[in-house]
Amino acid sequence: MRVVVQADPIDATREYAVVRDRLGGQAGAIVTFSGLMREMGEDGALANMTLEHYPAMTRQELERIAREAQGRWELDEVVVVHRFGTLKPGDEIVVVVTAARHRREAFEAAWFLMDYLKTRAPFWKKETTATGRQRWVDARTTDASAAARWGKTGTRDRPTSANPAGSRRRRGD
Amino acid sequence: MTESSIQVLYFSWIRETIGSDEEIVALAPTVHTVGDLLAKLCRRGANYQRAFSDPGRVRAAVNQTHVTLDHPVSAGDEVAFFPPVTGG
Repeated sequence: MRVVVQADPIDATREYAVVRDRLGGQAGAIVTFSGLMREMGEDGALANMTLEHYPAMTRQELERIAREAQGRWELDEVVVVHRFGTLKPGDEIVVVVTAARHRREAFEAAWFLMDYLKTRAPFWKKETTATGRQRWVDARTTDASAAARWGKTGTRDRPTSANPAGSRRRRGD
Repeated sequence: MTESSIQVLYFSWIRETIGSDEEIVALAPTVHTVGDLLAKLCRRGANYQRAFSDPGRVRAAVNQTHVTLDHPVSAGDEVAFFPPVTGG
């Protein structure tokens, strides 16, 4: 498991390559997800965005979420890298890499990590528009319902819509 | 911090509305839960009342773990109040 909270830009290509070079051949599937800062906010074009976080809590919460994913799926690797500080449009906010023997585990775990991270990792976005206006981004209720469909922490409940047949030990992908 | 106090942290617009990111609060005998602490803080002034006016937009953590408002607080705890998170 690799969990990093950093002010520097994220090198998504490198995060992927490190996992591939170490696990290629063992893992048959690697999913790399990047969440990017959009150019347009609700109030128009954005100049930048500041991500505030709770330093004492952020890393351990991300580790809890990553361990939860490892408990639900048989994963060869989980990587979560999240920015804080000031970001520009187009910058990666978060990169998640999951490696598994088969694609289903890798896809589902990456999706789960992002849904959980969105409602649990202690980050808060403040946007600054091109005209200098600032506003805190509101949490979306769709994020809460996306996380809820995975069931409670510590259980093996699975999403109802995205997972018709998979099981943790499934081998036939 | 004395043994009968707790450290309280604020983040995002709750921090800005209160005008402070961190303070030490004496643990009154009437404060048993995070919700009790919230009620006590609201008596400190209009800025606290504004920050906590919509309970649906307030989340809490005790010792860096998400909790609900009925979670107990004890001397020496670190309690954080913040809006629903918006990372990722």
